[in-house]
Amino acid sequence: MKIANARLFAFAAATAFITMGHAALADELSIMASGGAWQDAQRKAWFEPFSKDTGIKIVEQEYLGDLGKVKAMVDTGNVPIDLVTVETATVLQGCDAGILERLDYSRIAPREKFIEGSALDCGVGLDAYGDVLAYDPNVLKQAPTSVLDIFDTTKFPGKRAMRKFPAQNLEWALMADGVAAADVYAVLATPEGVNRAFKKLDTIKQDIVWWDAGAQPPQLLASKEVVMTTAWNGRIQNAIDKDGAPFKIVWNNQILEYDMIAIPKGAKNPDLAYKYLAYISQPEINAKLASYITYGPVRIDAASFVAPDALPKLPNAPDHMTAYLVADTEFWGDYGEDLVKRFNAWLAQ
Amino acid sequence: MSAFEPTKLDRPRATRDWSAANAGTAKSVAAALRRADLGDRLRSLALAAPLLLLLALSFGIPIVLLLSRAVYDPTIADALPQTSQALVGWNGTGLPDDAAFLALAADLRSNQAKGTAYELAKSLNARLPGARSQVLKTMRQLEAADRPPLEVMKAVPFWSAPGTWPVIESGTHSVTSFYLLSALDLRWNSDGGIERVPPEQAIFLQVFMRTFLVAAAVTLATLILGFPLAYLIASVPKGLAAILIVAVLLPFWTSILVRTAAWTVLLQKFGLVNDLLLWLGVANDRLDLMYSRIGLIIAMTHIQLPFTLLPIYSVMRTIQPSQMKAAYSLGAKPFTAFRRVYLPQVFPGVMAGCLLTFILCLGYYITPALIGGASDQLISNFIASYVNVELNWEMAAALSFILLVFTLALFGIFARILGLDRLKLV
Repeated sequence: MKIANARLFAFAAATAFITMGHAALADELSIMASGGAWQDAQRKAWFEPFSKDTGIKIVEQEYLGDLGKVKAMVDTGNVPIDLVTVETATVLQGCDAGILERLDYSRIAPREKFIEGSALDCGVGLDAYGDVLAYDPNVLKQAPTSVLDIFDTTKFPGKRAMRKFPAQNLEWALMADGVAAADVYAVLATPEGVNRAFKKLDTIKQDIVWWDAGAQPPQLLASKEVVMTTAWNGRIQNAIDKDGAPFKIVWNNQILEYDMIAIPKGAKNPDLAYKYLAYISQPEINAKLASYITYGPVRIDAASFVAPDALPKLPNAPDHMTAYLVADTEFWGDYGEDLVKRFNAWLAQ
Repeated sequence: MSAFEPTKLDRPRATRDWSAANAGTAKSVAAALRRADLGDRLRSLALAAPLLLLLALSFGIPIVLLLSRAVYDPTIADALPQTSQALVGWNGTGLPDDAAFLALAADLRSNQAKGTAYELAKSLNARLPGARSQVLKTMRQLEAADRPPLEVMKAVPFWSAPGTWPVIESGTHSVTSFYLLSALDLRWNSDGGIERVPPEQAIFLQVFMRTFLVAAAVTLATLILGFPLAYLIASVPKGLAAILIVAVLLPFWTSILVRTAAWTVLLQKFGLVNDLLLWLGVANDRLDLMYSRIGLIIAMTHIQLPFTLLPIYSVMRTIQPSQMKAAYSLGAKPFTAFRRVYLPQVFPGVMAGCLLTFILCLGYYITPALIGGASDQLISNFIASYVNVELNWEMAAALSFILLVFTLALFGIFARILGLDRLKLV
């Protein structure tokens, strides 16, 4: 009995020691991002310089952009992450569901310094990316000039790939059907508008291959499974720059969106998280990401800090901002779930 | 495993025979035997208790808790206590009285104060698309408080729209049939009856049907491929049989994800299968094998083949070749001998293998996601999407519940037809 007690004591002491050791190492920030070339770029532009400047160690985790995992953490009260990167629509969803912390912008940066729509209640913008059209000029003899050309199967025959999600596709369908960019969301808020968008998508339904993950569009183009695909601009540019792929990007009628970062409710180091958010929201730091991946800064005053050779490839480079649409987060927060269901029903028909 | 081994059934039967011979003492002996049996049973139960406890704690309770979300959703009821009170006497048609409007306004304000406004908005939005921004907008206007609350409420057309109040009223009951009905493409109509949802929103019945069709097709394919192979393995010499079994088991030990990824390489438009078909002259043009039903069934068949084959093989191994010879010597033609002597003995193995494959196919997720096209997604893909992307766990629970009921019903039918004790898995 005595021995058992002694062992128990030793075990308890060891546990306490480990826990204390952990508490002593509290200057550790755990960030969950969605991996790939994008996370590599964040590491070079932000994680490593931040650690160097502040002495705060960053622990990286990866996930596939699904908030379900974060919800499970918050619901069970065990939140091992301090920051999570999310899409704009997800910020709204997570905000509504009480999964993400509402942010105090006085601890980050003035809200009006961000591009409109990139500083939300529960998430602060990291970068701007474009939903664009990409193709392989060796396969397509005639070059498409607008994203909306994806609806033209007579001029551009063959399979085309689109994201298996209603957002962006419905907007493009309406624009291709003659709705002005400024009216897209007002039309889409009506049942007739939704029908009209689906009717337009009907015209190319047989020719579409659907993608889920951002890595798929360059693969689909490389394996010649499709002649053109919608894509996130950074993934295509990455394939061009790093793998020497011959792809081309069509910027005309791109949809502009923002990547966001948020604090899950119940995160253990909110002060460190705010410190990090304030750090990356400085214009000169915000602009650094563009040197490692072709996503643009969200600070209005960051443009002058972008490396000159990186600028022309950014979605918010002046040349690419002639015909574009900014994704309406509020609209997708309201109608997203219903339209996803309708979209899935349409896919199944 | 053999039919000659004594089974538990033997003991009561012996008791009965004995009691017929000696009716006087039979009762007390039978009771003593039952007592002894009970002791045995308790002892074996005690041995199994840790496992049963572990199963209940780590498997049973979480499943029940998660499935209960399908029918229990108190978010709206918790958020709108005053409105619930005010709606008690409402008959459900037209608009409720001003008191209900005022109660709702008060509830909205208290939610905003508590910071639960967004959760309420999301819950209402799940049942009534577009409700989210209306709730948030109304709250902001109520907070501005430059007008009386009733006026603010009446000025937002959403709150006076025909469909709004029935949804709020249904939300004030914590126990709801909304999600289960939705999972079957049904909904309550305004007269209190159940109706089908409009065809452009109906989706789940079709997906359930598709899941069952794909599972049935894969089961059939594995049976057609697996039965002759199992026969071959059972009839060749032992050394060769061992090599063949390893060949069957090798892919079985490889992760499903790896095998699925391998199939995407083989099946793609400029992949090996298409190259081969063109080279052989079987096809004139490259076929769309990826993102299609046919590709999905090919990959799933490959993955499921061992599950069908192994039970069949294990039964075939026990059948004596001499039985067929005996049938021939009695004048049976080969097919008759196969049908009347061989097949009835293999049948339990065939049923077990098919049942195993069929039920496993009902839960397939990764292969349809990677190889199937948009119209090949099975019910698991929808459940995953509601859990991970939509964050609508109530809907995911409802779909899981329906799938579980279908699967159990199917299992029950099989067990009924065949008898569970005749199923031979290995």
